[in-house]
Amino acid sequence: MAYKILASQCTQCGACEFECPNGAISMKGDTYKIDPAACTECAGQFDEPQCDAVCPVPGTCVKAA
Amino acid sequence: MTTLPRVSLDGLATVASTADLRATMAASRSTASVARLARAGGAASARVPHNKRREAMDAATWERIKDHPCYSEDAHHYFARMHVAVAPGCNIQCNYCNRKYDCSNESRPGVVSGRLTPEGALAKVRNVAARLPQLSVVGIAGPGDALFQAERTLKTFELIRAALPDLTLCLSTNGLALPDHVDALKALDIGHVTITINYLDPEIGAEIYPWIFHNHKRWKGVEAARILHERQMEGLERAVEAGVLVKVNSVMIPGINDEHLTEVNTAVRARGAFLHNVMPLISDPAHGTKFGLEGRRGPSPAEIHTLRESLGNDARLMKHCRQCRADAVGMLGEDQCQSIDTMAPAATADDTPRPDPEIRAAWREVVADSRAAHKVAADEAEAVVAAAAPAAEDRLVAVCTRGGARVNLHFGKATEFHIYKVGAEGIRFAGIRRADNYCLGGYGESERLDTILTVLEGVSAMVCVKVGDGPRRRLEAAGIACHQDTRHETIETVIADWYADAVGAPMGAVSQPA
Ligand code: SF4
Ligand code: SF4
Repeated sequence: MAYKILASQCTQCGACEFECPNGAISMKGDTYKIDPAACTECAGQFDEPQCDAVCPVPGTCVKAA
Repeated sequence: MTTLPRVSLDGLATVASTADLRATMAASRSTASVARLARAGGAASARVPHNKRREAMDAATWERIKDHPCYSEDAHHYFARMHVAVAPGCNIQCNYCNRKYDCSNESRPGVVSGRLTPEGALAKVRNVAARLPQLSVVGIAGPGDALFQAERTLKTFELIRAALPDLTLCLSTNGLALPDHVDALKALDIGHVTITINYLDPEIGAEIYPWIFHNHKRWKGVEAARILHERQMEGLERAVEAGVLVKVNSVMIPGINDEHLTEVNTAVRARGAFLHNVMPLISDPAHGTKFGLEGRRGPSPAEIHTLRESLGNDARLMKHCRQCRADAVGMLGEDQCQSIDTMAPAATADDTPRPDPEIRAAWREVVADSRAAHKVAADEAEAVVAAAAPAAEDRLVAVCTRGGARVNLHFGKATEFHIYKVGAEGIRFAGIRRADNYCLGGYGESERLDTILTVLEGVSAMVCVKVGDGPRRRLEAAGIACHQDTRHETIETVIADWYADAVGAPMGAVSQPA
């Protein structure tokens, strides 16, 4: 149960890092990555995953398969 | 020996070291007494910018804007600004913005090269201030929203304020988060805030903004536009109440808000906005924006001019905006961000050059003097125009200048034209028309001229230091007179010379024999 960021689409704007309630997102190398161990999909915290809600590029913060 | 402001500006634009700066300042000082004499003649009114004499402005307000090139038409001739890109994240989506690319509407390009930390921003500001004594303003304008991750923005301001207290600090925002931060801005003495307001009617807003992120939720459509509108109005009112000078930017989007902007203008003025800046949409399919992809065009310079005229085109309407990128450095109309970056490869705050407060203060003195001299010259020019043809119809004149309020640029070097209206009301600045906007495109001399001819629609004359024969013939064929003046004189003086020749003489000749 976690979200992931499609690096090829990410603009590195950092909005998701700022919004994540669990500090699961950070810059790794030259792109943002979600730590699957820390990500809760925002369950119980917000109605929608914050990273996906704030991300300017559609389909960039998605459920990890 | 050339005249004072030209020596200073040209010299300082090319100085490479502090030693050069000192030498240039010394040279300027030796001629400063000439301007001082002129100022003595100009008395107290010398401090009121020429273009704003008809507008009542109290001394305290003038103090606050006189060094800010975006707030004062007069200051943009003399002072430089820089933007630091510490705010990459955004809380709304605009249909004219594709966050992946550098493309600029308002002050919000896409991802600018090299994002900055607050400490990195301070190092960059120090470095620029040490090399560019004209630097008077540091702004945070993106590339996202300056108040979305407000902590970063405020931290940056705090660091700069402590290190360089003489700089004016300002920011641009879409307004969504503004009501939450007015007090913090006030506490840091941030006296200038720009809000982008493109609509009042949420139905219209929904065509410009597909969504916003607010209170941990993505809002869409008319509901999103209503929230954004309410927050913008609340932010504007609270900022004005707190004594902030608020500039409102509106992007003119033909077919969506072009007619609506008159109402926006009325509403923001009623709420105390200090300046309203109507800017053209910059749109091109290559930018990958929604508006670009659906082929929506930006307004022509003539359309922008007409709208501005209909809004009253007074001092409360900004006419010299260049839609700077969020990492812009330098005088308005030029961008030195590339050269600054190569000068300062990711230095820390400790080893960057130290700005010299003495030289920075000296520059302000030079400017005060040359402003006074400019005032005298402009008054003389007004008299010439008044004598030439008090009842003649207004003409628009395009001026090639690289700063210092002088005609000091070759036509071939001009990437923008300063438009002045000359006629019964005297000589009034009427706007900037850029000929280098990405959307205008074009390569090679002939295409460049096509672009310029489009940009200069409605203009009667072009004044410059020199123009080549080829371009001159094309301009004249298009009905634009070319006036060359190699003296690097004050803009108003050169315009008055042309006007007296073109309009005054024939009319005088007609009225002579009765
Ligand atoms: S889904 Fe929520 S918890 Fe997971 S990374 Fe995104 S914002 Fe953080
Ligand atoms: S919000 Fe989207 S584009 Fe921005 S850093 Fe996160 S994943 Fe990348």
